[in-house]
Amino acid sequence: MNVYDIIQVAVFAGLLVLLTPPLGAFMARVFEGERTFLSPVLGWLERLTYRLGGVDPAKEMNWKEYAWAVIIFNLLGLAVVFFIQVFQAHLPLNPNHLGNVEWTSALNTAVSFMTNTNWQGYSGETTLSFFSQMLALAVQNFLSAAYGIAVFLALARGISRKSTDLIGNFWADLVRCTVYVLLPLALIFAFVLVSQGVVQNFSANREITTLEGAKQAIPLGPAASQIAIKQLGTNGGGFFNANSAHPFENPTPLSNFLEMLAILMLPAALVYTYGIMIKDKKHAWVLYAVMLAIWSGGLAVALYSEHDAAARLFHGMSLMEGKETRFGVTNSAIWATATTVASNGSVNAMHSSLSPLAGGMAMFNMHLGEIIFGGVGSGMYGMLFFVLMTVFLAGLMVGRTPEYMGKKIEKREIQMAMIGMLGPGALMLIGAAVACSLPAGLSSLSAKGPHGFSEMLYAYTSAAANNGSAFAGLNANTPFYNLTLAFTMLAGRFVCLLPALAIAGSLAGKKSAPPSAGTFSTGGSMFALLLTSVIIIVGVLTFVPALVLGPVLEHMLMVKGMFLF
Amino acid sequence: MEDNKKPTFDRKLLLDSAVEAFKKLDPRVQARNPVMFVTLVGAVLTTVAMVQSLYSGPFPLFEFQISLWLWFTVLFANFAEAVAEGRGKAQAESLRRSRVEVMARLLDKGSERKVPSSEVTKGDMVVCEAGDIIPADGEVTEGIASVDESAITGESAPVIRESGGDRSAVTGGTRVISDRLVIRVTAEPGKSFIDRMIVLIEGASRQKTPNEIALVMVLAGLTLIFLLAVSTLKLFADYTGASAGQDLGNLVTVPVLVSLLVCLIPTTIGGLLSAIGIAGMDRLIRRNVIAKSGRAVEAAGDIDVLLLDKTGTITLGNRMATAFLPAPGVTEEALAEASQLASLSDETPEGRSIVVLAKKRFEMRARELHPAEASFVPFSAATQMSGLDMKSADGKIARSIRKGAVGAIREQAGKAGLEFPAALEGAHQEISRSGGTPLAVAENGKVIGLIHLKDMVKGGIKERFAELRKMGIRTIMITGDNPLTAAAIAAEAGVDDFIAQATPESKLARIRREQELGQLVAMTGDGTNDAPALAQADVGVTMNTGTQAAREAGNMVDLDSNPTKLIEIVEIGKQLLMTRGSLTTFSIANDVAKYFAIIPALFATLYMTKEHGGALAPLNIMGLHSPESAILSAVIFNAIIIVLLIPLALRGVAYRPESASAVLRRNILIYGVGGIIAPFIGIKLIDLLITALRLVR
Repeated sequence: MNVYDIIQVAVFAGLLVLLTPPLGAFMARVFEGERTFLSPVLGWLERLTYRLGGVDPAKEMNWKEYAWAVIIFNLLGLAVVFFIQVFQAHLPLNPNHLGNVEWTSALNTAVSFMTNTNWQGYSGETTLSFFSQMLALAVQNFLSAAYGIAVFLALARGISRKSTDLIGNFWADLVRCTVYVLLPLALIFAFVLVSQGVVQNFSANREITTLEGAKQAIPLGPAASQIAIKQLGTNGGGFFNANSAHPFENPTPLSNFLEMLAILMLPAALVYTYGIMIKDKKHAWVLYAVMLAIWSGGLAVALYSEHDAAARLFHGMSLMEGKETRFGVTNSAIWATATTVASNGSVNAMHSSLSPLAGGMAMFNMHLGEIIFGGVGSGMYGMLFFVLMTVFLAGLMVGRTPEYMGKKIEKREIQMAMIGMLGPGALMLIGAAVACSLPAGLSSLSAKGPHGFSEMLYAYTSAAANNGSAFAGLNANTPFYNLTLAFTMLAGRFVCLLPALAIAGSLAGKKSAPPSAGTFSTGGSMFALLLTSVIIIVGVLTFVPALVLGPVLEHMLMVKGMFLF
Repeated sequence: MEDNKKPTFDRKLLLDSAVEAFKKLDPRVQARNPVMFVTLVGAVLTTVAMVQSLYSGPFPLFEFQISLWLWFTVLFANFAEAVAEGRGKAQAESLRRSRVEVMARLLDKGSERKVPSSEVTKGDMVVCEAGDIIPADGEVTEGIASVDESAITGESAPVIRESGGDRSAVTGGTRVISDRLVIRVTAEPGKSFIDRMIVLIEGASRQKTPNEIALVMVLAGLTLIFLLAVSTLKLFADYTGASAGQDLGNLVTVPVLVSLLVCLIPTTIGGLLSAIGIAGMDRLIRRNVIAKSGRAVEAAGDIDVLLLDKTGTITLGNRMATAFLPAPGVTEEALAEASQLASLSDETPEGRSIVVLAKKRFEMRARELHPAEASFVPFSAATQMSGLDMKSADGKIARSIRKGAVGAIREQAGKAGLEFPAALEGAHQEISRSGGTPLAVAENGKVIGLIHLKDMVKGGIKERFAELRKMGIRTIMITGDNPLTAAAIAAEAGVDDFIAQATPESKLARIRREQELGQLVAMTGDGTNDAPALAQADVGVTMNTGTQAAREAGNMVDLDSNPTKLIEIVEIGKQLLMTRGSLTTFSIANDVAKYFAIIPALFATLYMTKEHGGALAPLNIMGLHSPESAILSAVIFNAIIIVLLIPLALRGVAYRPESASAVLRRNILIYGVGGIIAPFIGIKLIDLLITALRLVR
């Protein structure tokens, strides 16, 4: 590692922090239905959508109505994506004449894009038509991000409101988020990406003859429009199989830098939005600091493992296998940690090729529950489970019924927070345990020993955390993996989402007491420290045995000079 | 009944509790606590595994010891609960003795007949005379008597009970020692105050409090996730073993996996949880407070606002003379002398305080007055003054001294054609403004000065309120005084706010208003007119001397009738939560070290070759002797820590009135950081010990 690597990290983090307040404040205005500079430009689209849907945006919902709206909306989305894929041969925009998608794969993909996971068992360029890519997947990229944010908004309202059962209108939240935030940002970003050389056309594969004289098919298509929202909406599903390692998805160092920034930009800004909505920016900055600290810690481990640990073994060389030469090791490590803390899942290097500890770190980031910035919306509501847990512990320790933002945290909130906090972890462990004890699970492995174990653990971790990145190596396009992973993604999404809405409903109905000297502050370093400890300890206690048998063992073997491939 | 008089443990209590610990192994008892239930199941599984291997080889020393310590873990937790319960039982026993069957004298249509006390029901009228035991809780409707209530309060001095007013409630089981009372029974048989007390003390009907329920939820959730982590580990280990071409079956066995599970699940807090709850109630009882539910104790810890009566709580309740303010031309000494003379026969606390002040200021000894020398004029509501007429030798009145309300004295002077000295007007207003009461003194009709009477604020009360403020609790003083006086006393006592000219309605309204704002309110009261406010308050503490209506309305009764007790109740409530929180933190923090002990032990041999040690051997940072000693040490530590923490669970963690952030910092340091470090040391020491004793390979 050299000084340029450090500057690179510093510039990245600095720009992220700088962008947070303006973007967060803008979103807060949008989500509260206030006028912004975009209202004159895009107001017609918002109003038109309401009229078409027959929605009264001022009519608010209680948490159950909100939850039903989310569920029904997603069932519809799921059906649309599924049927477009299985009938794509009969649909337009299919210049490469790809056939209908096999149903388990189509189901897996439909669940994957509906849940904002964007796990890809298929390979984009050889499986999906442009029609499927654009109308099924790109649309879900917007919508799955938007409804994640909507649920977060409902929870933020539940926390900030008093003695009511109303937590907002789901359709209004969904539309405002899509129209004023995601669409304009994605539009601008898509143009920037095109300027860097990302493809955007409807051409069929181009047959070329390579220098060696071999024939090669170069896939093309409407990539830029999809990549923009894939990065911004913590989706991560690549247009091409190689994702952002592919030169047509991510051609230059600048496009790489911007795509990395886009991963964390919205999740980070939403923390600030939260601060505005609950009228406690100090607390929001504490959450932000905790997120930044944990992400940086993970990045430090990854960088150490990639540069220094490897250098000792390989005579001063970094581990370049599986990484793109145009990005280098440091950019791969930043991306790998950012994409795994943030539930994005896009990659610019194969995680299977990361050094054992860096790969382990990517996995551990997801084990924490995608709450370090996390998915758009889902990161914040996931983080709030941990916040409630911390508040509960701290409240007991100061001898007072725990309170958060002046509201008593009682049985109901704790119950729901426990489900949201531990549910994904349980799914990861169960999935990996099932896969490693069934022939159907083991037959897809490309490596044995700890690395093979990591492949399985990573797959279910990524699915349950709705991340979507893959450890590669694992052949996941089998009925066994398609179906079990689809289930894991679905359960992983709703085991957090529904408790978040239940907490929103329960907290909205409560009275709020002003803070006193007897209530501890959620805006200080003490709270930050405690929250960090709770997050790390819950993650460590749940996953240490599994991580020891995967990345840790692999690292130990590597240090001893033993490789098992 | 004082907390410090009784030793925390005695031999008999410990023996009884040990027996009780075995009785509590009943799965139906254990099922109430998910953490300990899992431990019990684990102990059974390990024992079965141990017995199986008994038939298939040499004596399984390791498995035997693991099983033994797992059983100990369960027993230790039972023991903790039994000790906590046992401490209440002795008290309940003495109460039960006072509840002996007595014959009640039932008044039936004017005639008296004797029935057993168990047949007396609500609404009956009974008669009690000197020597009778009051058969049931009730309200005095006729008569006044002194009653010995030592059976419930431990206080030997008798108390007065009379019909009407605020001292009309009597408790079944107490004894009338003089005079006669007619009592209307207010409790059903078996539901009397003493019956409820016994139930509470024994903890038989102890219901889980809201925070306890939430905590149990957390513990159950953690238990579940650890159960999952350990059971999936078996499958992961099978894969790893198969992949490495090694058989891990001899290390990853049922006893070892159960050991890991029991070490990880929060057994420390799980085992001590109910003991903490029982001990909290017990601490309250030791301070002579009976809470009607555990919920009330917990709520006490959350109190934001404290409503306190001025008289008796904040002030001593008697006005005292603090200064003589002479009129122009009169020396202070002359005023003092006249005032003392006028007060010599005044037996009220005010009168006595004037005599004392004169003595203190000018060394004036109180004289004995012969009736021939002087005649005493007692206070009457009509004249609003009292005093003394000194007679000269011929029997004529030589000196006539009067003291009384300023208005009355002024009027008297006016009648005699004498002016009220203008110089005293300023002093008069000054005294009123400062919350005092001015008393005018006149000699032979001429006003000679004022006495400043002051409502004395109790010593140390201001510091108490400052402590409360630090804890985030606001105090509100309730008084019947006018706003001016109230403000002055409020400032002197350092309360945050006051309600002057308080009425039952204004108290109730204030409580409601605070509650609207999300505040939790506590108040003390005794009178019937306090009942609505006591019922509305989140924590209502009734004085034992209070009326039955008030006692029913509140959710705690203070047997000592000490209004400042509320402050201690708040502390006990907070301590209860703090103990739970701190031990939970400690319990979870311990897991880090246990992982470091057990995981390397489980997989120590993985990828071990002739050239290399096991790949994961470097993780054994504690340098534990062998896989078996590592696992056994962790299990032993896990069991023993429960016993070591029993005293803490019963006593509660140290409480100091500090701000929340200071308390949090201290508890995190002790129980969080300490909880991470302690087991590293403890497990290493046990490892050294059992290795030295050759208890393991």
